[in-house]
Amino acid sequence: MTTPATPATPEQRATVPAAPSSPAPSGPVVVRTLLTGWGRTAPSAADVVEAVHPDVAAAAVADVAAGRLGSGRGIIARGMGRSYGDAAQNAGGVVVDGTWMDSVTAVDLETGHVTVGAGTSLESLMERFVPQGWFVPVTPGTRQVTVGGAIAADIHGKNHHRDGSFACHVTSLTLATPSGTRRVDPEGDPELFWATAGGMGLTGVVTEATLAMIPVETSYLLVDTERARDLDDVMERMVTGDDGYHYSVAWIDCQATGARLGRSVLTRGDHARLADLPTKLRADPRRARAFVPRTLATVPVTPPSGLLNPLTVGAFNELWFRKAPRREVGRPHHMTGFFHPLDGVAAWNRLYGSRGFLQYQFVVGDDQGEVVRRVIGRLAKVRLASFLAVLKRFGPGDPGPLSFPMPGWTLALDLPVGHPGLGRLLDELDDEVVAAGGRIYLAKDSRVSRDHFEAMYPRLAEWKATRARVDPDGVLRSDLGRRLGLCEDGPGSAAPTHAPTPAASRAADPPREQTR
Amino acid sequence: MIDAVGQPQSLLVLGGASEIAQAVVASVAGRRCRTVVLAGREGPRLTEAVERARSAGVDQVEAVRFEATDIEGHGELVRSLFDRFGGFDMVLVAAGVLGDQQADEHDPVGTARVITTNFTGLAAAMVAVADRLRAQGYGRLVVLSSVAGDRARRANFVYGSSKAGLDAFSQGLGDALAGTGVSVMVVRPGFVKGRMTEGMDPAPFATTPEAVAESVVRGLERDAQVVYVPGVLRWVFAVMRHVPRTLWRRMPA
Repeated sequence: MTTPATPATPEQRATVPAAPSSPAPSGPVVVRTLLTGWGRTAPSAADVVEAVHPDVAAAAVADVAAGRLGSGRGIIARGMGRSYGDAAQNAGGVVVDGTWMDSVTAVDLETGHVTVGAGTSLESLMERFVPQGWFVPVTPGTRQVTVGGAIAADIHGKNHHRDGSFACHVTSLTLATPSGTRRVDPEGDPELFWATAGGMGLTGVVTEATLAMIPVETSYLLVDTERARDLDDVMERMVTGDDGYHYSVAWIDCQATGARLGRSVLTRGDHARLADLPTKLRADPRRARAFVPRTLATVPVTPPSGLLNPLTVGAFNELWFRKAPRREVGRPHHMTGFFHPLDGVAAWNRLYGSRGFLQYQFVVGDDQGEVVRRVIGRLAKVRLASFLAVLKRFGPGDPGPLSFPMPGWTLALDLPVGHPGLGRLLDELDDEVVAAGGRIYLAKDSRVSRDHFEAMYPRLAEWKATRARVDPDGVLRSDLGRRLGLCEDGPGSAAPTHAPTPAASRAADPPREQTR
Repeated sequence: MIDAVGQPQSLLVLGGASEIAQAVVASVAGRRCRTVVLAGREGPRLTEAVERARSAGVDQVEAVRFEATDIEGHGELVRSLFDRFGGFDMVLVAAGVLGDQQADEHDPVGTARVITTNFTGLAAAMVAVADRLRAQGYGRLVVLSSVAGDRARRANFVYGSSKAGLDAFSQGLGDALAGTGVSVMVVRPGFVKGRMTEGMDPAPFATTPEAVAESVVRGLERDAQVVYVPGVLRWVFAVMRHVPRTLWRRMPA
C-alpha cells in the first residue's frame, strides 16, 4: 500500500509554532496549523487534533462542546483537504484530522458491504478491493478523498445519471455529535442521515461508515471517445446516448469561442468484463484486476501566479483536443486513467501559483442548457484562463436538503484567482444560475454570497432544524459555515487571554512538517 | 469570513470618519460586507460616515469612540469590540492627521501630536488588533500609509516621517504574522483630493478617496502586500528614493 491520506502540499498545512506554555497533563496533542482547501485560497489557522481512533474524535467533539478544548470557536472534521474552498477549515477553532481513522472493520465479500473508518481514502478502498472484485459505488475525479468527506459533501461521479450520489450507497454511519455518538442509517433516522449527507460536516464528525460496493470483473473500462464540434453537438450526444453507458463525462475547451464554443471530447464507458479484454490480460486475471496507482510526477514548487494564463492554457487545450481521437469505440482504459487522470500529478494545485484558484460548479435543469452556453461564452470572452471544464448530466436528485445534484446539466471549471473583477463576474453567473432554478456545489465553493446560497438551497431551514436537534449549541463550525451563515461565533470567542488549551501546550515539540 | 477573492464580511475601521475609510466601506459593502464598526472621533463626520455605510447597504453599522492618542484605552477598546462582534474579517487603519508643517516644525506639541496620532497611537492599537486576529486564526489588516512615507520631504517631513514609521511598523507586523492566517496590506496613496488636502494644490498623479477604495478592493482580490494609488507611483517613487539630497530638498510642496 502507498502512504495513506497524505496531505497534499506543505502549504496546505504549514505549522505555526504554538504559544509557549506548560505541558498539559492530559488530552490530545493539538497543533496550531494553517489550513486551506485544494484551491489554496483564504487560509486560516486552527488547532488540529489527530483523531488516531474514533474515540479520540468523539472525545474532541465532547470536549469542545464542554469548553474543555479550544477557545470557543467550535470544531470541524477534515479529511484529505480536497474540498476547493473553506469547508474543512475552522479559523481559531479545532479541526479533527480524520485521516488516521482508516481501518477496515468489517467486510462481506459476498455482498460487497464494507465497514471502514471515515478517514479511509477511496484510493485505499480501490487498492484493497478492486483485486477482490469490488469497486467503489461512486468516485469523483480524484481518489484522494476520504469516505467521511465523500459523505459530508455527498459527492457524485460520472455515473450520477444512473447511480445517484455517494450517500445513496451508504447503509449506515457513525456520527460523533455534541449530544453523543450515534449510529445513523437512512431507515432509522432519515432526517439526520440526509442532513449529514451533504451537510459539510456541520452535523457531526463521521467516524465510520458502511457502504455497498459494486462488483467488477476487472480494473479496466471499455471506453468510447468522440470529439464534439460545439456545445449543441456534445449536449445532443449526451442526451441521446448517456443512458447506454455506466459512466459519461465531457471535457470542454473553454477557450474556444465563436462557432467552436463548447467544442469538447466526450468519453463514456462501462466496466470491462474479463472476456472483453485483450488476450494478454485475459490470460492473467490477477493482472486484469490489478490496481496499483502511480504518481507520475509531483509539482515540486509553487511557480509564480500567472503561469497558467490564457496563452499557455489555450495551447494546452488545443493540443489536448487534437490529441483526442475523432471517434474510438470500446478501447480498454485502466480505472486510474479513466476516472482520475489528474491524480497522476501530485500537488497539481500548485500550478496556479501562490494566489491559488477556485472551481465554479453549478447545476441547472435539463431545459436550461442555455445557461451552460452563456456561462461558457462569458468566461471565454473575458479571457480567464480556464483549463478544461467538465460537463455532465445528473440523474434524479438526492434526498439531502443540502445535497448538490438535481436532474440536469452540471458544469465545473477551474479559474485562477487574482483576475480583476472575477468575484463580480461569478456573482453575475450566480444570478443566472439562481434565475434558472439551479445551484452551486458547496464542496467546490469558496465565494458564493449568502443571498445566492439561500436562494439555491430552499430546504435550508429543514436542514438547520435537523442540525439543531443534534448540535443545539452550534458547536460544529467551519469557515464555510460562517461565511454562509450556517453557524456563527458567539461573543467572547477566541480571546487570546484564555487559559491555554491542552492544545497550545505542546509548544516544545518541534514544528510539525508533513508527518505522513 | 474572507472569501476566495479576498472580500470581507465584517470590517472594523480605526478612524471611521476618514473620507478614504468611508469610500472603502462603500466599496466592500457593494460586495460581501454586512457588518461595519466605525471607531472614530465623535462628531458630525462620524455620524455622516454611519449614514453613508447604511445607505451603501451594510446591515449592521455601529459607531464607537476612538481617539488614536488615547493609548491606555486601546487594549480595552479592541478587546470589547472583538468580544462583542465575535471577531472581524478585516481591520482598516485609517486614522490620521496632516498637521500644519510650517507651524509644527517649530512647535514641539504640534509635532508630537502628528506623530502620536499617525504612528504611536495607531501602532499601539495595531498590536492589540493583531493579537485578536492571530487568535481568531485569520484576518486582513489594511493600513493607510502614504507615499509621503517613502521618503520624507522638506515640505512635509513631520507628516511624512509619521507615515514612514507607521509603514515600517506595519511591514514588520506583517512579517511577524506570517503563517498565522493574518496578513497585512499597506496602502500608499499619493496626493488624495479631499477634506484633508482642501485648499492645497494637487501634486502630480493626484487621486481620489474612491480610487483609493477601488485599489484596496483590488489589492484584497489579489492578496497584495503593498498597494500604490495610482499604481504608477510605485515606479515614480522607486526613482524618487534615489534623487540626490540637494535636489530632493528643493522639491516643492
